[in-house]
Amino acid sequence: MTFPGVVANDNVSIDVYPGEILALLGENGAGKTTLMNVLYGLYKPDRGEIRVRGKPVVIRDPNDAIALGLGMVHQHFMLIPPFTVAENIVLGTEPVGAGGVLNKARAVKDVKELSARYGLAVDPEARIEHISVGMQQRVEILKALYRGAEVLILDEPTAVLTPQEVEELAGIMRNLAGQGKSIIFITHKLKEVMAISDRVAVLRRGRVVGTVPTRETTPEDLARMMVGREVVLSVEKRPATVGDVVLKVEDIHVKSGRGLPALKGVSFEVRAGEIVGVAGIEGNGQSELVEALTGLRRVSAGRILVGGADITNKSPREVISHGVGHIPEDRQRRGLILSFSVAENFILERYHKPPFARGINLDLQAVKDYARRLVSEFDVRTPSETVRVGALSGGNQQKVVVARELSLEPRLLIASQPTRGLDVGAIEFVHKRLVSQRDEGKAILLVSLDLDEIMSLSDRILVLYEGRIVGSMKAEEATEEEIGFLMAGGRHARGSGAEAEGETGTGGERGADAGAGNEAGEAVHAAAYLSAT
Amino acid sequence: MIPLVAVVLALALGAVLVRLGGKSPVAAYSALVRGAFGGIGNIAETLINITPLIFTGLSVAFSFRCGLFNIGAEGQLIMGQVASAWAGFALSGLPAFIHMPLALGAGVAAGAAWAALPGYLKARLGVHEVINTIMMNYIALYLSHYLVIGPLKAPGPLPVTPTIAPGARLWRFLPPTRLHLGIIVALGAVWLVYYILFRTTLGYEIRAVGQNPEAARYGGISVRKSILVAMIISGGLAGAAGAIQVLGLQYKFLDVFSFTGYGFDGIAVALLGRNHPLGVLVAACLFGTLARGAILMQSIAKIPKEVIGIVQATIVLFVAADEIIRRLVAPRRKARVATVAGAAPGDAEGGDGDAT
Repeated sequence: MTFPGVVANDNVSIDVYPGEILALLGENGAGKTTLMNVLYGLYKPDRGEIRVRGKPVVIRDPNDAIALGLGMVHQHFMLIPPFTVAENIVLGTEPVGAGGVLNKARAVKDVKELSARYGLAVDPEARIEHISVGMQQRVEILKALYRGAEVLILDEPTAVLTPQEVEELAGIMRNLAGQGKSIIFITHKLKEVMAISDRVAVLRRGRVVGTVPTRETTPEDLARMMVGREVVLSVEKRPATVGDVVLKVEDIHVKSGRGLPALKGVSFEVRAGEIVGVAGIEGNGQSELVEALTGLRRVSAGRILVGGADITNKSPREVISHGVGHIPEDRQRRGLILSFSVAENFILERYHKPPFARGINLDLQAVKDYARRLVSEFDVRTPSETVRVGALSGGNQQKVVVARELSLEPRLLIASQPTRGLDVGAIEFVHKRLVSQRDEGKAILLVSLDLDEIMSLSDRILVLYEGRIVGSMKAEEATEEEIGFLMAGGRHARGSGAEAEGETGTGGERGADAGAGNEAGEAVHAAAYLSAT
Repeated sequence: MIPLVAVVLALALGAVLVRLGGKSPVAAYSALVRGAFGGIGNIAETLINITPLIFTGLSVAFSFRCGLFNIGAEGQLIMGQVASAWAGFALSGLPAFIHMPLALGAGVAAGAAWAALPGYLKARLGVHEVINTIMMNYIALYLSHYLVIGPLKAPGPLPVTPTIAPGARLWRFLPPTRLHLGIIVALGAVWLVYYILFRTTLGYEIRAVGQNPEAARYGGISVRKSILVAMIISGGLAGAAGAIQVLGLQYKFLDVFSFTGYGFDGIAVALLGRNHPLGVLVAACLFGTLARGAILMQSIAKIPKEVIGIVQATIVLFVAADEIIRRLVAPRRKARVATVAGAAPGDAEGGDGDAT
């Protein structure tokens, strides 16, 4: 598969056996999703073949894929919110009664049977818009099973889930594998690979660099295969030496873009020399919190103080001038001007001040010198400072943002999803920089959807749920279970008990099945030689 | 690259049309070239044709740089004409070095004011500038019509203002041709726009807002202020086009009855020039030359000048739909690149879009 000028998958071969969970591990941009889209008929391979049960097949579109027993659960769910669970599941292959009318009772009955058989508890009559994300994912899986999927492809299925929901999903996957389904599980999280999969195929730069049985490998080995060099997986940091209060947030209320209350009375403090992590599931007010703190969104009530100065509803420029740096959650939409050069992006917040501004003029030499300094200081991999930022890789784009914000010498740094979409190497870089900022006595507010990131970097952790802070704890006293529980609103995750049992019940058969499939050779075999030339 | 291919293709299409009409394309284009460049008189007229297009092209390009589509250059140009004519005849007894810049400044100010209103509405209330600038064009047209048959009318039967004072006129430096100082002023404007856009903090702000208003706001730039300023400068440039026509050629404002077309051609010029001042200069030269040459082509080779209209339209079409040319030129670009963007095709697309 080639994108313009790019080989996304280059001579990739993978195979999957019945009853097996194969993890497809790779960094962002390694070609995982591309490969799966080829299998699902969304992209066409330039070369190579796909074999199902040993027979070569041609997959022109998703319908072909479905007919061959391939089912896909996309990263972003493809469900119709106002429809019920049952309606969504049968959509496209509805049981039809007399006169072409949808037989709802039949649909509900089918879905109930299916969910009982595979241990995926859902309420067929509930509307999608009223159920949790974890439940929606089960609906997606049931949808694929309803269409007779033998091979399930799950694209980054854990990205939107709480830790408890991830556990449930793992149980579901093992159960399905136990019943003879093959599962391809796309991820870049090493922990999940180790916990869930039977075998791992590691992709790097569009090539499979190795396929290994999970129990014969370690996270360190996998990281090395994925990145191509040694990687330090854990964040090294000393205990924090905490100073004065830098950020003080007093009972702020903020409305979302749609005018609904997004923050309902949030108060907290961040002190110099500490990293305060804000955990939470996407859409619980994180974006609004960051925007309110940086002057990008109006605060309807409450106060925000930075170093004692009131910055409530000040303009972004005034907020910056009070020493607030901001690594935004979306570097491409907000953090960078992609068509501007690296040098031009570096001066986004300070172009109007000396040495860059001389009267009305821009001192291009000063801009260039500054850019060259930051490029070398932060190791931005770019041919030169005049290159468009949009031409850099995601990791290097983020380095540009981080370099710019840190060189503002902020006393408060607000980092929102600072490693989203970055590869292991770049994540390591950003984490090190955040910790060194902390050690220099900066106050850091870290907002992230990645709980591991929050846990490993923070000194204190706040949990945001539905616009309120529902938990505050010291990082060393926090457990993943506790935070996950709070992230889900304190309600216990649904129906986890039943699945946990299913999981243990089928765990034993799994290994045997995988072995049998191997020998019998009736494997679903996907050997796609995809190449550019 | 793409504009160049577009021009060649469009000229080739023009040749085909001429051939279909039973005439010789060689004769047609040689008449066109002679009409544009044959002798000092023709060259002067060609430059006179080019001058207003430089201004309107810069006007549209400048607003584009801030992400705004100023379709109102036409109306701003009319207001510039009226204001310059008024300043030219109403004041008298001033020395030329004061009167001429003053009259020119009046035209620039009128155009700027005419653009400021839609700019303000866009910045404050988010009213789309395309709608407002189009409406402002018609208001300018009919307002100028009223002024020239009413308050500003010269005695006599014609809808025309009095002739401007000699001191307000732009120097015609190449007699007996009509070539006047306007072309020099236009070249100065090209440099000025380049300087503002790429060498000043104001230009940085305007380009930042045009490329990514969200990032500009994040960086502390006032998006509203940038929009308003960009519209004012854009309007001033269009107003200058009108002022130059009055002060250099007509010496009075003659009721236009319908739009001059310079403002609309400015959109094509900006598009062809990729919104870069130097590109605009080249594109204005091309369009001005074609328009001038077409007149002689019609009178010498008896080929309707509308053929050139079709050529110009085709250029715009090809440039606007640049994907057509991209496919013609490079049917299958295949390069092996070390970086892999499998999961982020958005990056690759973004690169494509801006590489031109």
